[in-house]
Amino acid sequence: MNLNILLILPALTALGIMLAPGNKAAKSVALSGAVAQLVAACYLLYAYAGQRSAGVGGQMLFQERHQWFPSLNIQYNIGVDGISIAMIMLTAVVVLAGILVSWSVQKQVKEFFFLIAFLSLGAYGFFISLDLFAMFFFLEIAVIPKFLLIGIWGSGRKEYSAMKLALMLMGGSALVLTGLLALYFYSDTGNGLHTFDLQLIAAMHLPLQVQLYIFPFLFVGFGVFTALFPFHTWAPDGHSSAPTAASMFLAGISMKLGGYGCLRVAAYLMPEAAHHYSWIIITLSTIAILYGAFATLMQTDLKYINAYSSVSHCGFVIFGIGMLTRTAITGAVLQMVSHGLMTALFFAAIGMIYERTHTRQLRELGGLLKVIPVIMTVFVIAGLCSLGLPGLSGFVAEMTVFVGGWQNSDLFYRVTTILACSSIVVTAVYILRAVGAAAMGPVKNEQFLSFRDAMWNERLAAVLLIVGILIIGIAPFLLNDLIAPDTKIIINNLTRAVAGN
Amino acid sequence: MLPELGLTLIIFIVLFLKVTEAVKSPATLLNIIISLLVINCVLPFFGKADAMLFNGMFHTSQALFFEKALLNLGTLIISLFSFEWLKRHAHMPEFFVLMLSTLLGMHFMISSGNFLMFYLGLELSGIPLAAMANYNLHERRSSEAAVKMILSSAFASAMLLFGISMLYGTTGTLDFNELAPLLRSASHLQVLAFLFVFAGFAFKLSAVPFHFWTADVYEGAPVGVTAYLSVISKASVVFIFITILFKLFANFSGLYAHVLTLSILLTIAVGNLFALRQQNMKRFLAFSSIAQMGYILLGISSGTNIGAASAIFFLLVYTFSNLGIFGVVGMVSLRSGKERIDDYKGFYQHNKFASWVLAICLFSLAGIPPTAGFFGKMFLVTAGASKGNFPLITFAALNMVVSLYYYLRVIKAVFIDDNPHPLQHLKSGYPARLALIICMAGVIVTGFVSGLFDHIILLTGK
Repeated sequence: MNLNILLILPALTALGIMLAPGNKAAKSVALSGAVAQLVAACYLLYAYAGQRSAGVGGQMLFQERHQWFPSLNIQYNIGVDGISIAMIMLTAVVVLAGILVSWSVQKQVKEFFFLIAFLSLGAYGFFISLDLFAMFFFLEIAVIPKFLLIGIWGSGRKEYSAMKLALMLMGGSALVLTGLLALYFYSDTGNGLHTFDLQLIAAMHLPLQVQLYIFPFLFVGFGVFTALFPFHTWAPDGHSSAPTAASMFLAGISMKLGGYGCLRVAAYLMPEAAHHYSWIIITLSTIAILYGAFATLMQTDLKYINAYSSVSHCGFVIFGIGMLTRTAITGAVLQMVSHGLMTALFFAAIGMIYERTHTRQLRELGGLLKVIPVIMTVFVIAGLCSLGLPGLSGFVAEMTVFVGGWQNSDLFYRVTTILACSSIVVTAVYILRAVGAAAMGPVKNEQFLSFRDAMWNERLAAVLLIVGILIIGIAPFLLNDLIAPDTKIIINNLTRAVAGN
Repeated sequence: MLPELGLTLIIFIVLFLKVTEAVKSPATLLNIIISLLVINCVLPFFGKADAMLFNGMFHTSQALFFEKALLNLGTLIISLFSFEWLKRHAHMPEFFVLMLSTLLGMHFMISSGNFLMFYLGLELSGIPLAAMANYNLHERRSSEAAVKMILSSAFASAMLLFGISMLYGTTGTLDFNELAPLLRSASHLQVLAFLFVFAGFAFKLSAVPFHFWTADVYEGAPVGVTAYLSVISKASVVFIFITILFKLFANFSGLYAHVLTLSILLTIAVGNLFALRQQNMKRFLAFSSIAQMGYILLGISSGTNIGAASAIFFLLVYTFSNLGIFGVVGMVSLRSGKERIDDYKGFYQHNKFASWVLAICLFSLAGIPPTAGFFGKMFLVTAGASKGNFPLITFAALNMVVSLYYYLRVIKAVFIDDNPHPLQHLKSGYPARLALIICMAGVIVTGFVSGLFDHIILLTGK
């Protein structure tokens, strides 16, 4: 399959939205574009699985390479492995769901859907790039649309949140930029040229001293995107001020860009440094997990609850990567996909509630299960997935991370694993409390009785995400089989590094 | 010589039209002049490359033709978006005589192979600028700008001349080719000469700490002239600066790396910090252009061919992006008289096209993909990193975040902030719209034409 389709489709969608004669047409273009993207992503999955089962080897499939700026040896180099396909599927699902729930956007409709299409372009591009320059290009593409989405269509302290998010993410990408340039100049292809090629650099084995310098830049830089403590502060404000679709995209996909980058660029390219800094990564992510969970306890705004819990859940991604065992890294990838779906579902449900009640404060809500049962069921499912109910994806992912963490026999790793495990209890507290306050009890406000339950578009979006959650929850081996060869490659690189020392 | 002859011819045609008053309607006259400028843009591509004149005082090359075409194109864009302003001005033809004279001066300057020719070109490109800065004849701020301009320009020239005289004193020649092997960093007098020459250039480039004139002049001058100053005038000085630095002071590379590093740090930091708090759009652009200059110097500081090419490429992008912004600012200033950032609040409501041009060009300046500014900045920073000076690169990269803040401030005002009385729809004539379209297309397309950067590297490598 030609991977360029994943870039052409969103670009065409964006163009079509711009040229569409009216708001309604723009929406239809956006929706059909998103459906086409999902179809393309599914076909990609099918083609990939077909190739793999036919025994096609090689780390990356469907690879394509063109010279971009030959004098600097910058190439347009794309290809996918199981991990990127999982991410692409996630993106396609979340974008489609996001567009469905935004059907009722009234203000500057064209611009809204244009920016969403643009965002998805950045995400697809990031996940298929094998050249660090292109990867950085797509990483940065996604920053500004978020700023505009939050600033124009957001709520609450939107200007502040938008600015904070844009600046912190830019700060992260500034660190990434420095790290990438350093990698570039320390790479040597043997003919006097430097390279941004991911696979070539991975095969090169940079000297330890160099790795130790570069690793923090890249890991922290990507870490900012995935709300690594103490650089997580953009996430709660950004998520809660953003309009629903943007929140879904931000928490569902954008934070995964960081996790993917930490894994693909930082840990994979600099395995020795990853071992060296492992304890710092684990410490920071354990703090993020616990701090995020306890901070959520204090929140009374539904969006803030999910935003802080995202900090906690994304901590598991970093935690899994930092553990450097195969199971833990598999868990990290599972968690990325699972959290992407779950948080998107959560934000979608919150958005639907907010659209009707015009408040997200827990104390003003109550008894909603009686008036809008479908929406509240979705809300409860998202909550249960978040607290790790078996049968849903959250349980599988977190369990895998914990098992992987425990595989390290070192005392430090085991203690931190226990600490991270304990956050589940806290999660249960805040989720059950939120569900109890919003869904159960007497109907707080008479106006609530006049609410209409979920519309077709909202139901469709919820079904889409719930199906994803259930598939991973019930048949995790499907996703596991998809990513297994690739986690193995990463782990081989990591263990070879240890053996080398 | 073809581009220069063409320019001279155009200057005389304009003068002739003015004196004889052959064309009565200013709009027709402007159209004639602009069509001449279009021809002028193309002329450099037909010149004879690698030729020499006047005993090596004047030489040409493909790279120089490219640079000249860039300057001509910028001048054309400025004339297009100043169309409305000039149409009403009583002394419109004289404006073109002055502007094209400075352009001619720049052509001579960047083509020079001798300090005498260089100085001649520099003065020809500098003095009429002061008259242009004062072109809003009844505005006191403009007069103030013009006086500041001429004084600081004279001061810079004096520094340059002092440096040049020392070079002449130690070597007995002013020819670049003869000078180059004679200059070495062992001679203290020559080091001093280098510092003076560098300071003179820093003035012209408004690199910190020689930037003080910039903001006041930019604020006082008419928008078209400000655009000309911040883009064309600076670009030409950068071109000759690269030549002199790489060709003449190649033996000083250790020294100039240090001097440049210091200058880059200061220029980026001061430009960014002062831009943060500006309220006036033109002052804001002045400080942002100072910060941009820091990044250009970062590319140059590598001392490599790729560094020179990245600076030229960035200047091309910078021309499009900055002129796009000035085009919108000029339109707003002319139609509503408003120049403050706060006045732009809610601008998007009634001026969608202008807002998008403004936003895309600002993103390009901030180095956000997929605009060409991203590629320009990336190449500059990549070239700058080739020396392995990573603390400097980290500093530059983090400063992009600071600069993003103030660019986003404008974006926020335009797209996000509420304003009960936003600017109404501002009419713009077709030339101004054409200028904006050229700029926007340039900003979007330039980065993706991957052959362009390699072409520039090829040209500068010759």
